[in-house]
Amino acid sequence: MGRKRWKKWVTGYMYLLPSIIFLCAFTVFPVFASFYISLTQWTLIKPPEFIGLENYKNLFDDPTFYRTLWHTAYYTFGSVPLSIILSLLLAVAMNQKIKGITIFRSMYFLPVISTWVAVAIIWRWIYNPQFGLLNAFLKIFGIPPQNWLGEPKLAMPSVIITSVWKGLGYNMILFLAGLQNISENYYEAAKIDGASKWAQFRYITIPLISPTTFFVLITSIISSFQVFGPIYTMTNGGPVGSTEVLIFYLFQNGFRWYKMGYASSIAWVLFLIIFIFTLIQYFSSKRWVHYGA
Amino acid sequence: MAHRKFNPGIVLAYIVLSIGAFSMAIPFIWMLSTAFKTPSQVFVIPPKWIPSPIITDNFKKLFSLMPFGRYYFNSIFVSVTGTFGRLLLAILTAYAFSWLEFPGRDKIFILYLATMMIPFHVRLVPMFLIMRALRWLDTYYVLIIPGLFSVYAAFLLRQFFLGIHRDLIDAATIDGCNSWTILWRIVVPLSTPAIGALGIFTFLDEWNSFMWPLIMTSSNKMRVIPVGLAFLQDQYYTDYTILMAGAVLALVPVIIVFLAFQRYFVRGIVLSGLKE
Repeated sequence: MGRKRWKKWVTGYMYLLPSIIFLCAFTVFPVFASFYISLTQWTLIKPPEFIGLENYKNLFDDPTFYRTLWHTAYYTFGSVPLSIILSLLLAVAMNQKIKGITIFRSMYFLPVISTWVAVAIIWRWIYNPQFGLLNAFLKIFGIPPQNWLGEPKLAMPSVIITSVWKGLGYNMILFLAGLQNISENYYEAAKIDGASKWAQFRYITIPLISPTTFFVLITSIISSFQVFGPIYTMTNGGPVGSTEVLIFYLFQNGFRWYKMGYASSIAWVLFLIIFIFTLIQYFSSKRWVHYGA
Repeated sequence: MAHRKFNPGIVLAYIVLSIGAFSMAIPFIWMLSTAFKTPSQVFVIPPKWIPSPIITDNFKKLFSLMPFGRYYFNSIFVSVTGTFGRLLLAILTAYAFSWLEFPGRDKIFILYLATMMIPFHVRLVPMFLIMRALRWLDTYYVLIIPGLFSVYAAFLLRQFFLGIHRDLIDAATIDGCNSWTILWRIVVPLSTPAIGALGIFTFLDEWNSFMWPLIMTSSNKMRVIPVGLAFLQDQYYTDYTILMAGAVLALVPVIIVFLAFQRYFVRGIVLSGLKE
């Protein structure tokens, strides 16, 4: 009896062993190391020098840090609501009994599966001030040509538009799954009561889809705060630093200027911001559970 | 047709979806069109959609400018091995957390989940230093090994494994099957939809990964497609025909994989979306 049980235990841990090794080596250890590094000055030339909270103090006095934080917030709160509204609209349209759903779905997915570098290359060409497609299109409506990615005021909105375009299909599928979980009965009942399409959307769809909306909202905010690919590939932080975001600043500090300690302190501040949103999601998801079905 | 009731809702849905699909497709068509143009055809106003003459020189030129074949090999090798490795580790872990019994199992599971709260970027600097200390920088090791275990992948599979009927497992146990046999003869075959979805997802994830290979590799021969393309963009900033040819080549494999496994892919998103 005892031996058999012992064998069972060992078996369980044998299956876990590979992942425990990976998790310790590449997650647990680096996380603690990261915190320690954030307390040091380390440029890889000399051994790390412990300086306590100096990096964090410098960070909170660093105007570039606040600027990149603001750009990150701008990117996040510019792209997330727009993406949610548009993808919900598309999902509702997709949820009607229409033909060709597979073709539509494939088309909306093309940008989702594309690598950011390719997308950036295409869109930089579309945004080209002289020969770009966008200016040529806007000319039809008499709108003068704009220097989309070259003008500090326009660069971030341009990146946001491309980002929303790229992520639309992904959010749409999440919303579509949410919509398909809403029971037909609600709509049947509403129809009998003579509710208009708009009333059905407003008083049935919107409230019943809210768990999905909330999920998409929080996960989008979390991932937008970590935006890097679009910035690096489309604007490289420019023009005149107008699209430098938090991770871009981390990247510059860590891997261009080799300020390991300072880069790590940026990462921990970012972690705190993201952690707040994670907590919101964790505690509210419990409240949402009874909502559906 | 005459008997069909006109439904404004459906018509509206078609209009919305068509406008959306159109705006999704236009940039790709524009990319294709530019990739087959001569440089002189690019800088014309208004833009021309169909190139004449249609040329393939841009692709030839691309291969002479950069070792694109090598980038391709790197991307395929890293993505394929990375995907199989991640699936294997996720399967073993998910199995332990769903059908094996040992003390502390659920507490360890919570610890695993807790690590998901820490964003990847917190680990970036120490990971760079670890890879440097291991002398793994600029090798295939750094591109493949650190990404092999994903808690998220294991978590998704565990949820799916738990849905397998207990009777099947019990019957196999009574027949004298050991845990290894049960895993590969019963649990895995019954989970092919979930494993397929996860596999296709992981592949695209690996193929499109950018920041990691950008930081961890430095030589031209170790570049993967996205990084190679970024360097192409740096060097040939305004050579739009060549850049578009590069973009086409970067996208072709993922589009093929996507079209071939589309069903799995949609399921993958829904699975991950329902992770709560």
